[in-house]
Parts: sequence; structure tokens; C-alpha cells
Amino acid sequence: MTGAQTADAVIVGGGLHGLSSAIHLAKAGVEVTLLEKDRIGRHASSANAGGVRRLGRALPEIPIAVAAIELWHDIESLVDETCGFCESVQIKVAEDAEGLNALQIRSQTVCDYGFAHEEMIDADTLHSLLPEVAKHCVGGLIVKGDGHADPFATVRAFHRKALSLGVRIIEGAPVTQITYLNGKWSVKAGGLAFNTPHLINAAGAWGDQISGMMGDHVPIQAQALMLMITERIKPFLSAVVGAEGRTLSFKQLDNGTVLIGGGYQGRAELEHGTTTLDMRQLAANATAAQAIFPLMNQTRITRAWAGIEGVTPDRMPVIGHAGQSGGFHLFGFSAHGFALAPICGRVIAELILSQQTALPIQAFAVDRFQRVAEVT
Amino acid sequence: MKSRTDIAVIGAGPAGMAAAVMAADHGASVLLLDEQAAAGGQIYRAVGSQKATGSAILGTEYYQGGALVDRLAASTVEHVTGATVWHVSDQREIGVSVDGAAELINADHIIIATGAQERPFPVPGWTLPGVMNAGAAQILLKSSGVLLPYPVFVGTGPLLYLIAHQYLRAGVPIAAVLDTTPRSNLCQALGLLPAAFREAGQIWKGLGWLKDLRTSGTTFKTGVEDIRINGADHAESVEYKIAGHWHSCSAESVLLHQGVVPNVNLAMAAGCKHHWSDAQLCWHAQVDDWGYSTVEGVSIAGDGAGIVGADSAQALGGLAALDALYRIGKLSIPERDKIAMPLRKIMSRQQPLRRFLDRLYQPAEQFRIPADPATLVCRCEEVSAAEIREAVSLGCQGPNQLKSFTRAGMGPCQGRLCGLTVSAIIADELGRPVQDIGAARLRSPVKPLELGQLAALADKE
Amino acid sequence: MSRIPRKPCTNVSFRFAGETIEAQEGDSVAAALLAAGHWTFRTTPVGVAPRGPLCMMGVCFDCLVEIDGMGNQQACMREVKEGMNVAPQSGAFEAAP
Repeated sequence: MTGAQTADAVIVGGGLHGLSSAIHLAKAGVEVTLLEKDRIGRHASSANAGGVRRLGRALPEIPIAVAAIELWHDIESLVDETCGFCESVQIKVAEDAEGLNALQIRSQTVCDYGFAHEEMIDADTLHSLLPEVAKHCVGGLIVKGDGHADPFATVRAFHRKALSLGVRIIEGAPVTQITYLNGKWSVKAGGLAFNTPHLINAAGAWGDQISGMMGDHVPIQAQALMLMITERIKPFLSAVVGAEGRTLSFKQLDNGTVLIGGGYQGRAELEHGTTTLDMRQLAANATAAQAIFPLMNQTRITRAWAGIEGVTPDRMPVIGHAGQSGGFHLFGFSAHGFALAPICGRVIAELILSQQTALPIQAFAVDRFQRVAEVT
Repeated sequence: MKSRTDIAVIGAGPAGMAAAVMAADHGASVLLLDEQAAAGGQIYRAVGSQKATGSAILGTEYYQGGALVDRLAASTVEHVTGATVWHVSDQREIGVSVDGAAELINADHIIIATGAQERPFPVPGWTLPGVMNAGAAQILLKSSGVLLPYPVFVGTGPLLYLIAHQYLRAGVPIAAVLDTTPRSNLCQALGLLPAAFREAGQIWKGLGWLKDLRTSGTTFKTGVEDIRINGADHAESVEYKIAGHWHSCSAESVLLHQGVVPNVNLAMAAGCKHHWSDAQLCWHAQVDDWGYSTVEGVSIAGDGAGIVGADSAQALGGLAALDALYRIGKLSIPERDKIAMPLRKIMSRQQPLRRFLDRLYQPAEQFRIPADPATLVCRCEEVSAAEIREAVSLGCQGPNQLKSFTRAGMGPCQGRLCGLTVSAIIADELGRPVQDIGAARLRSPVKPLELGQLAALADKE
Repeated sequence: MSRIPRKPCTNVSFRFAGETIEAQEGDSVAAALLAAGHWTFRTTPVGVAPRGPLCMMGVCFDCLVEIDGMGNQQACMREVKEGMNVAPQSGAFEAAP
């Protein structure tokens, strides 16, 4: 191809997963080009709640989540900045005996799987840890050592680090064509052409479009998950809180504002990369928040927004080899990709550099959906 | 309040009142939503229940607004006061709160008539208690008869001279009038004067105020290039620079004004496209000559789309309503166009004066882009000009990205007082036009909304 | 501070920071406080800076006070009522059930 540029690795997608892969590869001396169709960190990476947690992860994701937390505790070694990461207790409250029972079963399941980080707490402990939680809450599931970070600060830090390591970042370059011939991927994007032995698909909610070009079919649903934030409020909470049987994520940031989310959906316009809010769904989110924290009744929401998330049928990501050798997938994080970005970039780099990774990723194989399709 | 209406009008100033009355007179069901306790918007504020003494102080034009308020009261319009609209969707769903209760309402057509606000005037010390907008002084006078003590009037534009003149007539000792109109504006505006002379009455009136002020013995300084407001917990003095030299005067209150700009938050959050106006140095809604926006079924009328003044706003309200009536099937095109003709005449008559005033009173760059780095740009979150410039030096390319660096625009005023300054500073630092830099992406709720009110919506059908 | 004499109308009194303020029916809380010589309505959450009203039309959110125990009230948008208890807001909103 005339005018085609070469790189040791080409990454499609300038969100945190793409940046993380770029950083880990560049640190090992790999020459990386990263292609982003909009701006770095424009979508889910900037629009999420910043949760960094092991609590509530699907069982196959627990090992990778545990490794993720370890990395976050030392994130400065990776990107020279703290990314606003701070440890915060994660608590999932139960509102009645049935809920408590469900949490107990979960705690036991995780324990049987070999991990002890999800522990039960009783009503007294719950109310002393969360003095403002609704009086009717009867207990909860707690994880200590999880935390949260600042999505904006994280994107900036990862972006800066990637550039400082010599990663070539091209924005405004949507990928239009991918072909594979004789061990080389050819990629056309934004009027440019690239050849590379290693192609990484980190295209988020558009990951299925890229995987399709690479020969792998992945059923992704683009969801617009809504978040809302309040004005500054005098501090009353230091934990991150969810509730059994409710869709809710609730935390108070250092600046006093309260961030509320959890997974209520608006509308995603994938082509334009925009989202529309659904007021009734947002109202349901507000109802959940108020039920668990009644003191929020007269606090004021100053902004609501939504990020575009790529959601897979089993709500677990696609991580690992593409069907075609030299190709790799890293997308479909189904609204919990933020915490996993630093570690997953390392996993991909390990696969490229040493053809293996210590972390178990078989459950995230790209062909699992096809196998299901074949069976059914 | 009904949950469905033919036409919903948001804002009960001249444009909103005119739109509502026009729509109702032609058989549409009309819901008029406004935050204030009575109709009139800002310019005709409290005219319906006027308690202050009469036209000697406030002027005859103010009382003319009363006629429109009376027509509204006599119409079939359902006018809901104390109604804060916090949401308009691209499907014409309206989120509104009245008396602490939020509701979702649907309309076949929406006319946004949210009017104008005063342009921010970021100078050192502008956040001190005792510093207010000239328009705020007007509201105090109109609604409560309250006069602020020993004011310094700072800025440019007819509204500044009007309120200073009203204070003069009311016998309030004035510390000074510091006119920041750039001297170069006058030369450039002179060319537009002949065409504007058709509206000579307005110009004579303005000149009359200025003459009265200048011959009253009041300290009146022109060509003011820079301003600093000083005080410990309250405004105590104003320093001003003329021809390179600083002077000072003491004050008990400071009234700032450098024109008005459209209230764009609701229209922007609804998805209506806007573009930058170099003539008015603010965002203008992209609308056709009926006020129809880029969102289906949504029109924007009056100062909310671009500053036109009260009389034109009234005409534009009527035009938007006529177009809406046609779109919902209440009027044919010939009927619409016929009724529109006198309104279009008013518009074309007023345009030359508007162009003249825009040029003459265009605010100087140093009062839109603060040079003093310590000047607070975002009042809510206390973010200075220096912090914004630093963000640009660290790679920030626009107001949305700025949220990664500072909290500018993230406080309860939702960028109303800092948005224009932020875009101007970033454009200045990057050497690019404001049109390219853009405005921050605004979303619902466009007024802070209580969580409990939002939650209660889930129970309603 | 002076007021233009108005047609006879009802007096309303309310409390502010330990003081009784005489206002007129129809006054906004902000107008009444200014008329009584009070310039500072709150202190800011970040810099603990004193603030009072800027715009008087509900746009600037600088005139926030506590009214009858509820914070974050825009004084320019609330009408005085007999017996109202107004207090300066110090810093961020205090949430309470």
C-alpha cells in the first residue's frame, strides 16, 4: 500500500483501555500508534462514576479485579500521577431480610471461589459506618481496600504518560477499513494507512464494529448509562454505597458533591456519539438514592449526563486474542471498565510480548458468543 | 396545570406574553410558564402591581408594558407563575417545578422566550458584597422601591445610563458614573447612525439622560480602561484607569453593566444549535425568520435568541406564535403571512437602531477577557482567570475539557456567569475564534433540581 | 439605604441573624435584607468569602440564605412572610432528612 505507515502495534480507541495498552507496550519499547475517532477519553472513560472495586464483580472477573486494585494502589508508578485515587469502603446495603440473605449467599459464593474480600456486616455496624443511611436498612456487604478515582484526572494522566513514552496518538481518525494478509494488519483511518503485526481493538461501545472488520462477531449493545451530580454538600459520607435489589451507585466526592448513578438508561446515538437523558428513568434513580439516603431529599442536582457503554450479553468484557493471530480485543466492559483499564492494558501487553498472561482470561474469549450461537 | 397543551411558552417577558396571547387568540390551548410571581419579565418587572411612585422616576415606557400584561390576563392563556422550567427534550417534553413539585408536560410546539441576562463583568473585586448589576438596582427599584446608597455606576450601555438617571431623579447622591465605552466605538458607530435616525426618539431620550447626568454635578468619567473594586468584606472604593493613569473614588455600592446577553441555557440543553455573533459577542440561536430552531417543534423568540430589545421581542413573539399556529394546523400559510406583516415592519424599523447600539456599546475586550490573573471568572466555584489560562497551557482545548482541570461552570449557576468569559479566555489563549472554541455542553436540569422533586416524578404517570 | 415612599401597604417582619427586620409585603427576602442594610448573605464553600446578591433575578445563585431551616434558598426569588426565620448560609448546603 503506498503511503502506509508502520508500527509495532496499532491500537484502535483512545479511551482508558487503549491508553493503558499503549503505555504498557511503550514501556517495553514497542513502537505504538493509537487511533481515536473523536478525542482522547471522549466517551465512557470521562463519563463514568470512577468506581474502582472488587465488590459485586462476576466470579470470573474477580482475579482480574483483585489485580486491578493492587495496581490502582500504586498507580503513580504507572502514570506518574495519583489520578485522584483514594481508598474508600464499598458497602452494598440490604433493606430487608430477603436482601440480607441474598448478600449472605453472595459472600459465601465469593468465599468458595477463593476470595475473602466481601464480608457481611450487621445492622449496628452498618449504621455506625453510615450514620445517614435509611433507618430501615438491616445490614450489608462490605469490601475494604477498594476505592474510587477521578475519571478526568485519570484520562489526563494516562494521555500525558502515553505521549511522554512516545506513543503516536492521532485524533479525529475513525477506522474505515481493516484487512489482514501474510501476518500483517492493514488499517485505514482518517485518510491515513497503517501496517502492523499487532492490532488491538479497544474501541469501547464501537468495539463490535472494529471486531467485525477483524473477522470476529460480537453482540454488543450500546447503552447510555446516566449519572447525576449535586451541588457541594457538607460532608456526611465517606463510603461508596449500593443497595441489594436496587440499581444504585452513591458516593460523596472530596469536594462535597454527591455522584449518583448505577445503570439507569437514557438513549445512545452511536453514530453521533451523543446521548439523550430519560427523565423518568432518572427519576427512578433519584427514588433509589433517596430511599437509601433520606437526607438527600432537598439537595439539588446541578447536572445529569450519560456515557456510552458497550454491553455484552453476559456483561463480561472481551479480552484476549482475536480470531486472527496478531489481533487482540479489549472492549465490552459493560459499565465497569474504568477500574480494569490499568490492569487490562498490561494483560494485552503481556500477550503480545510473552504470548501469555498470568491472569485467567479464558472466560472473556471473543468466540464465546459464537460458541453459544452454534449450540443454540 | 394540565399535562398536555397545544403550545407551551416558556418565559413571560415581552416575547413570551406576545406569543402566548397571539397563540390563544387563534384558538390554540396555551400554557405560559414563568419563574416570577407576575408577568412582565425583567424589563416590565412588577409593572402589574407597581407600588413605587409613577413615571417621573421609572419612565413612561415601563408603564407601556402594562398593556401587554393586561391583554395576557384577559386571554385564555393558562399562565403559571413561580414555574421553574428545568428541562426541554428534543421530543417536546417539558420538566417544570411549581410549589416544590416537579411535573413532566408535553406540548405540540414549544416557544422558548427566556429573554436575557446581564453580561458578566469580571473585574477584580466584583464578587464583593455591595457590587451588583445595574439591572439588579432596577429590579430593586421596580419591585420594592429600594435605592442603594452612594453608588458608583460602572460600564456601558443604555441600561446603565437609564438607571443612573432614575437614581438622579430620585435624589440619590451618586458617587460617580464611570463610562467604559471604548472611544473607538463612537467613530465606528457613527456610520450606522443615519439609518438609526428613524428611531430618533430613542436616541434623543438616551442623550437626554446623559445630558442630565453630566450637567447635574455628578462625577462622570468617560474612556475608562480598567476597573478594580476594593474593600475588605464589602465594596468600599473603585479604582479606575483613564489614559494610563489610575484614580480612585469611594463608594458604598457598585453597579456594573455592559449590556445584556441571551439566556441560552434552556435552548442549548434542548439541543438547539447556536452560533457565535461577532456583532453582539454572544451566542445566538440558529433560527429562521419565524424563530424556528434546529429542534423539531421548538421555536425561540425574543432576546433569548439574540438581543433585539423589548419592542422587537414582542414582535418576534408574535411571529413565533404565528408559525407555531401554522405548524399545528390552526392557520394556513397565507393567513400566517398576512398577520405577520405589521410585525415584520416593526422588526425592520428597529434593526438599524439595534445595530447602532450594538456597535456603540460593544464592551471592550479587557472587560470580557480579564487581564488581572486573580480575577474570579467562575464565581460559584471561585476559579480565577489564571487557573483557566493554566489549564489551556496544560492542553485544555475548550470549555468541556476545562472540567477535567477546574470546576469552572460546575456550580449552581451552571455557567451563566462564567460561560462567556471561559470561552473568551480559551479562544484568546489559543488564538482561535470563539465560534471554534464553543460553549460548554449544557444538559438538563438547567436549573438546580431537588432530588426529592425528581424522585417524585417516578410515581406520576 | 433609602426607599421610595409607596402606597400604603402591609408591613411584614421576619428574623435575620438574631435581628428583627421590618419589610413590606411583596418584598423579596433579598430586597428586604438590603433595605435593612445587610450586604452579606453567605460565605462561599471554597474560599469562605462573603457574598451578597449580584443579579436579583435568579441567575447568579450568590444570594443563597437559609429560610426556616432550609439552606440554598435564593433570597431574590422568595417573598418575605411574617415570622420567617432567615439565616446567612455558611459554606455548602447542609443536607438533613
